[in-house]
Amino acid sequence: MLKTFKLGGVHPPENKISREKSIEVLDLPKKAFIPVGQVLGAPSVPLVKRGDMVKVGQLIAKGEAFISANIHSSVSGKVFKIDDIVDSSGFRKKTIIIDVDGDEWEEGIDTSNEIIRDISLSKAEIIERIKASGIVGLGGATFPSHVKLMVPKGKKAEVLIINGVECEPYLTSDHRLMLEKTEELLIGTKILMKGLAVDKAIVGIENNKADAIEKLTKVAKDYAGITILPLKVKYPQGGEKQLIKAAINREVPSGALPIEVGAVVNNVGTTYAVYEAVQKNKPLVERIVTLTGKSLEETANFLVRIGTPISNLLESKNGLPEDTAKVISGGPMMGKTLTTIDAAVVKGTSGVLLIPEKESKRIESSTCIRCGKCVSVCPMGLEPHLLEKLVQIEDWEETQKNNVMDCIECGSCVYTCPSYRPLLDYIRLGKSKVGEIIRSRKK
Amino acid sequence: MILYSIISLGVIGVISAIILFFVAKKFNVVEDPRIDEVEEVLPAANCGGCGYPGCRNFAEEIVKAESVSGFYCPVGGNDVMAEVGKVMGLEVTAQKPLIAVIRCNGTKKNSPQKSIYDGIESCAVAHNLFAGEGGCSYGCLGLGDCVDACDFDAIHMDPETGLPVVNDKCTACGACVEACPRDIIELRHIGPKAKRIFVSCVNKEKGAKAVKNCKVACIGCGKCEKVCDFDAITIENNLAYIDYEKCKLCRKCVTVCPTNAIWEINFPLKKVKVDKVKRVEAKVEKEKKSENKTDN
Repeated sequence: MLKTFKLGGVHPPENKISREKSIEVLDLPKKAFIPVGQVLGAPSVPLVKRGDMVKVGQLIAKGEAFISANIHSSVSGKVFKIDDIVDSSGFRKKTIIIDVDGDEWEEGIDTSNEIIRDISLSKAEIIERIKASGIVGLGGATFPSHVKLMVPKGKKAEVLIINGVECEPYLTSDHRLMLEKTEELLIGTKILMKGLAVDKAIVGIENNKADAIEKLTKVAKDYAGITILPLKVKYPQGGEKQLIKAAINREVPSGALPIEVGAVVNNVGTTYAVYEAVQKNKPLVERIVTLTGKSLEETANFLVRIGTPISNLLESKNGLPEDTAKVISGGPMMGKTLTTIDAAVVKGTSGVLLIPEKESKRIESSTCIRCGKCVSVCPMGLEPHLLEKLVQIEDWEETQKNNVMDCIECGSCVYTCPSYRPLLDYIRLGKSKVGEIIRSRKK
Repeated sequence: MILYSIISLGVIGVISAIILFFVAKKFNVVEDPRIDEVEEVLPAANCGGCGYPGCRNFAEEIVKAESVSGFYCPVGGNDVMAEVGKVMGLEVTAQKPLIAVIRCNGTKKNSPQKSIYDGIESCAVAHNLFAGEGGCSYGCLGLGDCVDACDFDAIHMDPETGLPVVNDKCTACGACVEACPRDIIELRHIGPKAKRIFVSCVNKEKGAKAVKNCKVACIGCGKCEKVCDFDAITIENNLAYIDYEKCKLCRKCVTVCPTNAIWEINFPLKKVKVDKVKRVEAKVEKEKKSENKTDN
């Protein structure tokens, strides 16, 4: 019997149509659009100005707050301007626009494919390098990775969990990474283990990626302390708290971080970025993005420079199919519809999904029939139907008491609701209102 | 037999009545009769526009304070406040009545649709998700939270423009101001003969960006500020604001505004200025004609 988390969860159709497509390098864009706020936390402060020449890997924006991250140029060329541009969030954000000219890398960056196995840096140096390289959680939440490694006093990390679950339907970028960069991934895991000073790591993978599990298990034999753990397919297993429950059977309390139960979770994409940063001195300037959708003639997994407009990805595969109604950044469950396809790939973009006209429309919602399905599938043990009502009557105090801030926005409740109620829309509104109230109380 | 029952019940009744009489005396709550009287003259809308939860509480607070200064019922207006003053035996200074104005003119024509929103019909929800169908992150979302908030049937959505319209049923209770997540609606003086001038835009972006999304956005050029003789206009964060206390309704600012962002309401029609665009078009046509002539 395979392990999984106990509370709630759904199993949407997997639709991993791009799983067989190996990673291809996307051509450089003509212009790169690099937003300065790509991280969950404070936006970074630009260090370049109009007309400056930059090289690939050069630091162009510095993360000054505790929870923020450095941003490096992903292309070489001239800074065209710094302007507010509509990004994947649908709002205008400060963006550094670079006119691409050639592909000249900053000195000291190893761009070869040679695998370096020996970890020469010390624990503190590893954390410092990860911070300097601007690595953030590439699973989508974009939490700065170096903050995760700085274990607060009084807490102790016992186990490192590597998240190779990729429970989101359609997306295959992590899957391809595990297959094609297996060894690098395991070295990255070793580096993170050293950075955390733990001797145990678990790589959690859902068993719909049998080839990845097989390959990783075979290679991991040479790496002491790393276990590959196949998991039962269930959404949202890729959620940090769900994965901890599935892998080591511990529950993270409400409002606490995983370190509370001695665990640190990192995505496989992040782990690979850590390998590149520590062993090759390469900052986070590119990531793997899945381009997928049923109406596409050919799907793909691209290695894309950060800042490439999403329209470039589409163009390289015959452009936007005619019946496309929605372009989503991320997967179908948690992704966000883009308001423009000129929005750039950022550190948190795991995939680009096209939804055809006939599947894009919302079904008209009817009244709640009190079936309780949303309660039974909620992986955080919340009552989505109740939260929806509380937000509608604007009872923010009661909304907070019912743990609205615990919601991970996985969308399981909306997926399962037989009345097609827009539960998550209201819960999101509740989260933002309650968050506002909490912040104003702190001040 | 029946006699005993009647007597015993009667005695119990009398004793209870005596007890109740003394208890009522002892715990008697003297309520100022003026509270009822004040409540009587209030409009009983219970809208909360005065800042108190309901008309009864408003009346209680007035009687408690023994003064009417600082109290104003926007629904009843000066007439009702004069009545309240009569009850209280106090002098009431008349206030200028207010009305809600919509400070956005991002109609479907002025701010063309760039994306389609198919989520729930609620501005609060949409405000959380994206900038808006026209792309302006300050402008009206057009989903009608203000209409839902209005208790007086004073605001409705114009399907043609996609913007809310306020009619003269508005009591300036402020419910729509609260409901709007983008703070577009403002309470202003109705003005003499309901004449009003205000900047119908709240976009704080720099001019070039603002007009990219909306043709009639305020670009903060400062022309109106310069032309104003009464210091009524201030520009902050690329946005002009007309102080209704200082504005003398001379309409100079309206004529100089290059983007037609300043609105004049209820002014005589004949003086309404020619639309800038039309003027330009007319010129172009004239030029064309003259070109044709020279060709011939």
